[in-house]
Amino acid sequence: MFMFHCPHCKEVREEEEFSYAGEAYIPRPVAPDASSDAEWGDYVFMRKNPKGWHWEQWLHSAGCRKVMAVKRHTLTHGIAGSWTLAEGKRIYLEEQA
Amino acid sequence: MAQKNYSLWSLIQQGFKRQEGWDQAWRSPEPKAAYDVIIIGAGGHGLATAYYLAKEHGVRNIAVLEKGYLGGGNTARNTTIVRSNYLWDEAALLYEHSLKLWEGLSQEINFNVMFSQRGVFNLGHTLQDMRDIERRVNANLINEIDAQVLTAAEVKERIPLINASSSARYPIMGASFQPRGGVARHDAVAWGFARAASSLGVDIIEQCEVTGLNVEGGHIKSVETSRGTIRADRVGCVAAGHSTTLGKMVGLRMPLESHPLQAFVSESLKPVLDTVVMSNAVHGYLSQSDKGELVIGAGIDSYLSYAQRGSPHVIEHTAAAIIELFPMFSRVRMNRQWGGIVDVSPDACPIIGKTPIKGLYFNCGWGTGGFKATPGSGNVFAHTIAHDEPHPLNAAFALERFHSGHLIDEHGAAGVAH
Repeated sequence: MFMFHCPHCKEVREEEEFSYAGEAYIPRPVAPDASSDAEWGDYVFMRKNPKGWHWEQWLHSAGCRKVMAVKRHTLTHGIAGSWTLAEGKRIYLEEQA
Repeated sequence: MAQKNYSLWSLIQQGFKRQEGWDQAWRSPEPKAAYDVIIIGAGGHGLATAYYLAKEHGVRNIAVLEKGYLGGGNTARNTTIVRSNYLWDEAALLYEHSLKLWEGLSQEINFNVMFSQRGVFNLGHTLQDMRDIERRVNANLINEIDAQVLTAAEVKERIPLINASSSARYPIMGASFQPRGGVARHDAVAWGFARAASSLGVDIIEQCEVTGLNVEGGHIKSVETSRGTIRADRVGCVAAGHSTTLGKMVGLRMPLESHPLQAFVSESLKPVLDTVVMSNAVHGYLSQSDKGELVIGAGIDSYLSYAQRGSPHVIEHTAAAIIELFPMFSRVRMNRQWGGIVDVSPDACPIIGKTPIKGLYFNCGWGTGGFKATPGSGNVFAHTIAHDEPHPLNAAFALERFHSGHLIDEHGAAGVAH
């Protein structure tokens, strides 16, 4: 059972209040009309699925109903933190750089 | 090294020798420098692939590499249900191919896999469930797969313990029934294929983790392992939850997500349930093993994980579903609980086939339903590796379908309880 801090409610709540909403920050093809089937397939279906730290989205479905970004370890189940999507993206991009 | 045949006669002979004369079931050789084919992953699917490659395609110089111990992954972590009542032709024919192989498997590999065709019920609890069941049963019959639609009264007659009361929260309205479905002994499948493959000359190398795949000019050349580099022109990856990790080694992105799937077994009871019961609507499935334990499973945890454990509320949900169907099990104590890591693809169908890298093949994405396909999966994958062309039964399961859009929409359409 995870305990997540919701950056919108500013409270720690149990996992059951949240719904998992997939990998975060998947870049949408910049030129949709010019993108090939392979690029679209990659965007729609291919996933990082890492064994390690994973940036993901959780919806606070039984709470504020807003989406947050969580950095979670898929092997140890440790949670590095949770942020609003915008705050998380800034940290995510810094990590990627 | 040919194995001595297991038989009633050998059992009697060994009885007089205090059971001390049995051979090792499979060899544990040191890895050679090169093989014709390397299979990564010694679970049921990987071992079946090696067996059929050696048996049907005459490839004898094969290694199966396993990072842990043989059959220690999802082969040891499932609920052992075997059935083939899938809706879409592609899936139904693949699983039916597998079911047919199951029917002769103990004889074929001279190992008792305890395949027991005790029938599988898929319960319907709503009008829409029943419409879906009728549609699926009709589709099965067209594909020459045995299937029946049963009424609630017939379900109650065949499973006396079930709560068929109309005052249940989700009353049972009927079921589909596949008489040829059933269960098998999961460990025996891995051991049996290992023994049969080993006696055909396949090297099974345990405690040998693959750390890299070497590609030259678009062709697979060798495999880096914790026990050195091993050369091979053809490599088949059958690594279930770790397929994404292997794909990453060669820059191949996979449409897979690894989730925990939890299950548990109870203490041993006297025989109370002689079939397999599954329900999508209340979301649980169970059977009773020959040892008397109830084997219970349900859905995956929603999040990604490689930790082989899940969240307690999923267990609670599963237990609630089972007690909904069988109120008398409410006081049964549970013995063990575990989580397996299943690699789920977007359409809940496997990926079996070639990759853009020549000589590299993947068999993965079985999600929550891989055990039932063990012999069939190995059989068609062996064909794919031997001929560098998919078998007609797995042609539709290529990785390219996620670019072309030709998905096989089995998710939720086939009475699949996940």
